[in-house]
Amino acid sequence: MAKLKSWKELPCGAIIEDMKAVRENKTGAWRSVRPCWNKDKCIQCLNCWIFCPDAAVIVEDGKVTGINYDYCKGCGICANVCPTKVQAITMEEERK
Amino acid sequence: MILAKTGNEALAYAMKQINPDVVAAYPITPSTEIVQIFAQYVSDGKVDSEFVAVESEHSAMSACIGSAASGCRTMTATASQGLALMHEMLFIAGGLRLPIVVPIASRSLSSPLNIHGDHSDSLASRDSGWMQFFCESVQEGYDTLIQCVKIAERASLPAICAVDGFILSHCMERIETFEDKSVREFLGPYKPNWNLLDYKKPILVGPATMQDYYFEFKRSQIEGMNNALPVIEEVQEEFKQKFGRGYGVIEEYRTDDAEAVVLLMGSACGTMREAVDAMRNQGKKVGMVKLRVFRPLPHKLLKETLAKFKTVAVMDRADAVNSYGGPLFTELTSVLYDAPQRPNVLSYVYGLGGKEFSLADAATVLEQAHAGKKEDLVTYVGVR
Amino acid sequence: MTESCSMLGGQALEIRWHGRGGQGAKTAALLFGEAALDTGMFIQAFPEYGPERMGAPVAAFNRLSDKPIRSHAGVKNPRVVVVLDASLIEPAKVTEGLIEDGGILLVNSNLEPAELRKRLNLPTGIKLYVVDASKIAMETVGKNVPNTPMLGALVKVTGVLEFDQMMEAVKHKLGEKFRGGKEKFVEPNLVSVRRAYEEVRC
Repeated sequence: MAKLKSWKELPCGAIIEDMKAVRENKTGAWRSVRPCWNKDKCIQCLNCWIFCPDAAVIVEDGKVTGINYDYCKGCGICANVCPTKVQAITMEEERK
Repeated sequence: MILAKTGNEALAYAMKQINPDVVAAYPITPSTEIVQIFAQYVSDGKVDSEFVAVESEHSAMSACIGSAASGCRTMTATASQGLALMHEMLFIAGGLRLPIVVPIASRSLSSPLNIHGDHSDSLASRDSGWMQFFCESVQEGYDTLIQCVKIAERASLPAICAVDGFILSHCMERIETFEDKSVREFLGPYKPNWNLLDYKKPILVGPATMQDYYFEFKRSQIEGMNNALPVIEEVQEEFKQKFGRGYGVIEEYRTDDAEAVVLLMGSACGTMREAVDAMRNQGKKVGMVKLRVFRPLPHKLLKETLAKFKTVAVMDRADAVNSYGGPLFTELTSVLYDAPQRPNVLSYVYGLGGKEFSLADAATVLEQAHAGKKEDLVTYVGVR
Repeated sequence: MTESCSMLGGQALEIRWHGRGGQGAKTAALLFGEAALDTGMFIQAFPEYGPERMGAPVAAFNRLSDKPIRSHAGVKNPRVVVVLDASLIEPAKVTEGLIEDGGILLVNSNLEPAELRKRLNLPTGIKLYVVDASKIAMETVGKNVPNTPMLGALVKVTGVLEFDQMMEAVKHKLGEKFRGGKEKFVEPNLVSVRRAYEEVRC
């Protein structure tokens, strides 16, 4: 864990300018179920990318390429918004 | 230009000249006219402001916070229950260090219902991280509101500019106004420290901070308030240079050889000056100290100024209902605790709900201060 | 200062207006204050702070001075009292606090001054002036709005303003009020002010 800053080093107005702090907080550790993305079933509608509250769906050149498990909290929204006929994302128990 | 304006008219006129980017407001007596007149300026195209009509004061302050966080010069106006309804959001504006400026026509708080002037509303918000200015006259209200914008932006703190409800808000007085251009020159463009909409420099606003950072952020906010005093003095000086009228954080009136003084805020200061003059004519060494800036509390200055008198009568136009005098009294006794010489401090609560504070009342307080003692700890002036 | 300000005599001139809600006592006080300002005086004009109800007795006040006015206390002992509605004389205690030595009472009434004085049992030190402002308003403006003509009478009896200065201010103010096709109401109002100035008697 990084050394905590003194009050004299903090920005005015309790804003966070340094996004490093946000990046360092790996919320993936909170996950109890994980989304599993199936490349072959995916139709690239990008619904999961639009709805993911943690920006944890990885998109490269306009296409979904996977899930960022460092930050995915396992909320399941991506699986929920994946079209019913497609079901490219399924939620599975996080392995203990 | 010399104009006859009521307090509300003068504050709305100052807002027109300030030409804020955004005004989000909900009307309430006795400050309604400020919003009404400003809305007229908007519809007449005399300002460039975006006027947001909202459904409550809570929403008004919320909209102001959003606007100010987006880098806009932002104002609203309110009073009494309206300020009370904003209470939750006041702390957020304070913590985010957003320079929102709010003229208020100070009014009592219900219950019982009363629409008249006293300082209960702003003093109840004293811990919200806002600067608070109390004005003696319509002229001072006009001048102070203009100063407030510059002070708030330079100190990164929100500010309340209070005129006494009805007593000033509805009283027409002679005021000297400035050209729109001069006011805008004096203020200059607003350059925010950060801006929520700046996509080139993404930031996180309003994060959750737990035991690790909350206190540190609060400590930094407190320092912001500590640093505001020199900013206020600086802007007062710049205002004096440009417009010729000078104001202090406090003002002493006929205190040179005074033995007893009265400390108070707002419109009653004028009445007190008359009473001081009358007593001086009888050869009694009395004076007045006006406190214009209540937040940040100029504690060092108050200590230096007041410790030299035998007696200080503190007058509060609000009662903290704490059984130990009004807010100014309790703060002043704290301020004087470690003074090398402690004066007698007498507590007076007056004028709640607009109760008349007459010249005779002012004279009575001065007489007691001059005598240096009274029976009760707290005197409720004029209460039957 | 012009000679017309001699009434100030270094002290603030305090005026109390009595009317009924809707008769324009507050408007008259503001208008008189503005007119006085134009002559270089320091002024205050403020209503009695209360709920505004049509028909209820209301009061408004003026302070005029050739020095800056500092007091924000109420007016307790006016030198001049203006009564917009004669029916208020008893319920509103219009003479309360009126300075007995040289005070002025100006009443909108169709009664003879002598009769009114008797009815009021006025101390001899108080000067009574009467003008039928309601009649003047009916004949000029066409409705009972006594506040504007009373300004004319007040200027006459106090001598504190020049008539022409006051007329200019009234004209300006009414011009602001009557906009968008209502400009025709300005002139009759000005006529009513002039008539009250001429017809007030003691």
